[in-house]
Amino acid sequence: MIEVNRKGEVWVYAEQEEGVLREVVLELCGKAHELASQLGVPAGAVLIGSQVAALPQQLIAHGIDRVYVVQDPRLEHYQTTPYAQCVCEAITQHKPQIVMYGATPLGRDLAPRVASAMRAGMTADCTDLQIQDVTDPRSKEVHDKLLLQIRPAFGGNIIATIVNYDMWPQMATVREGVMPLREPDPARQGQVIPLTVSLTDDLFAIRLIEKHLQPRTVNLKGARVIVAGGGGVGSKANFQLIHELASAIGGAVGASRAAVDGGYISKDYQVGQTGTTVRPALYIAAGISGAVQHRAGMEESAKIIAINSDADAPIFSVAHYGIVGDLNKVIPTMIKALKERSVVE
Amino acid sequence: MPYHSIVLVKQVPDTANVTAEAMKSDGTVNRAALPAIFNPEDLHALETALELRDRFGGTVTAVSMGPPKAADVLRSCLYRGANRAILLTDRRAAASDTLATSYILAQTVQAIGGADLVFAGRQAIDGDTAQVGPQCAEKLGIPQITYLEQLVDVRDRSVRVRRNTGSGWEIVEAPLPVLITVMETANRPRPEGARRVHRFKRARVEAEVAAEVKLALPDATDDEQAAETARRVEALRKQGLLIEQWDLDRIGADLDRCGLSGSPTKVFRIQAIVLTKEGYTEIPPTEEGIRRLVHELVLDHSIG
Repeated sequence: MIEVNRKGEVWVYAEQEEGVLREVVLELCGKAHELASQLGVPAGAVLIGSQVAALPQQLIAHGIDRVYVVQDPRLEHYQTTPYAQCVCEAITQHKPQIVMYGATPLGRDLAPRVASAMRAGMTADCTDLQIQDVTDPRSKEVHDKLLLQIRPAFGGNIIATIVNYDMWPQMATVREGVMPLREPDPARQGQVIPLTVSLTDDLFAIRLIEKHLQPRTVNLKGARVIVAGGGGVGSKANFQLIHELASAIGGAVGASRAAVDGGYISKDYQVGQTGTTVRPALYIAAGISGAVQHRAGMEESAKIIAINSDADAPIFSVAHYGIVGDLNKVIPTMIKALKERSVVE
Repeated sequence: MPYHSIVLVKQVPDTANVTAEAMKSDGTVNRAALPAIFNPEDLHALETALELRDRFGGTVTAVSMGPPKAADVLRSCLYRGANRAILLTDRRAAASDTLATSYILAQTVQAIGGADLVFAGRQAIDGDTAQVGPQCAEKLGIPQITYLEQLVDVRDRSVRVRRNTGSGWEIVEAPLPVLITVMETANRPRPEGARRVHRFKRARVEAEVAAEVKLALPDATDDEQAAETARRVEALRKQGLLIEQWDLDRIGADLDRCGLSGSPTKVFRIQAIVLTKEGYTEIPPTEEGIRRLVHELVLDHSIG
């Protein structure tokens, strides 16, 4: 761990693959900028890889002031131990007060290894981060401007707020898609600081034999409108209704876990805690009861329409518009109304 | 060539099936009302270790940390084919966060004498952090491979694993010893074997034996109860039915690194997600109602 350092910077781990930054990293740059402004310190990013010289400017445009770069040909492909060594070394040298990682498969592989080596705190899968003074209920000691790490827990049934008083840095992984992506400012200025890390060959114990990138065929995160079906749709054949409504409205198809488990559609389409977190302009939930795990992944949508035959379904608690009725009748009516609208226009 | 594996397993409340009965009137979860289950992905970790042993020989040791009741999941490991089961149970370990938990588990693995492969489920469904595996690997000073989908091959002192990267998959090769976390897509866990259930259903940890003795001999003195417990424990040991019960002293743990004092993260606040019925606009399921809704969505540019 490092000592409490209130002048420490707010950092983002700049995850990249094949020279492309993950979108969640850019979301976190905006958040780092916001938190750093509140604390009156610079925002930083740690960038690790073999050919990443083009990326610092992108991080700076999204709100980062200082980019710490470790470049080494052996770091071309991610592997845990040497990457963790680089992050630990950067933390030890520059003593940031906060380090954020995207809660991606890679972030969730790297961050705990770093936390363990640093003997520092680590909170997984945060959905919000705030700065606040906190009084330790045991010692009554007041800790100025701590990072509140807010996350769903217990299968999404509770929201826990976690703090780390003194085993710093304060570290968290943050779920993709929950922090708004800010407009980049290409004219923004920042510093690029090369870091020297001694990486012995024995750190590279894992050998990459074969690698396959599967392009994401389902882009739920980018969709403006999502039409999602749940267990109430009843069958794979009937799920065609969801596809038809999505196509009539010009939106993407989503699903609840019940629909995925029922085999109506593949897991790539799942919205919710174990699927994708989305915040589209319009979310239509048809035949979805609205378990907390599902709501956690869609309740930030700008407008939510719930269609369910059960008036007591929890989905209505997050809906802006509710239609209590049989989706087999409601959806065709809706498709008809949508088509007629096109004709009139 | 035989391989010795250790599998880290956890007993968890069944958070995936929170029913109305498990909710208190204030909308919070009543943990006690939730059934305690074998953490689902840990079953896949166990299966991976058992398949490896069935192919190459060796042993599978199941390790869990938790209250005496967690012996349930260790019995289930024995029913499915584990060779040995160890429960780390100690009040001083309570309130451990992932860092302290991984320290305790790593100390336990070392006290066992290490292993060629340490397996764990990708994550547990009560916390969903996926941190204990990687942190354990770091404490043991060995490489980690997360998100195993397939154990491709083990040859001499190295293992090949196909892992899910989120944006595809890769095959990596690591030297042993290594710690591997396993996804639910990896395999189909074998059911508990009827003959093994018959054989191990009386397997107990010492704390369970003590509780049983207390019930059976309510009028006996503490010393008499202790003597009877010791007698029964010895009998179980001889029959190979004792699930070993270890405490923090047994693994030589530094107490400052366990429990609350070893946990950097503290819970500041817990909020139950209470279902509030906020007002929504109810649309009648009629053609007229739906037509109006669509018109409204067009007007406010929700749809183009």
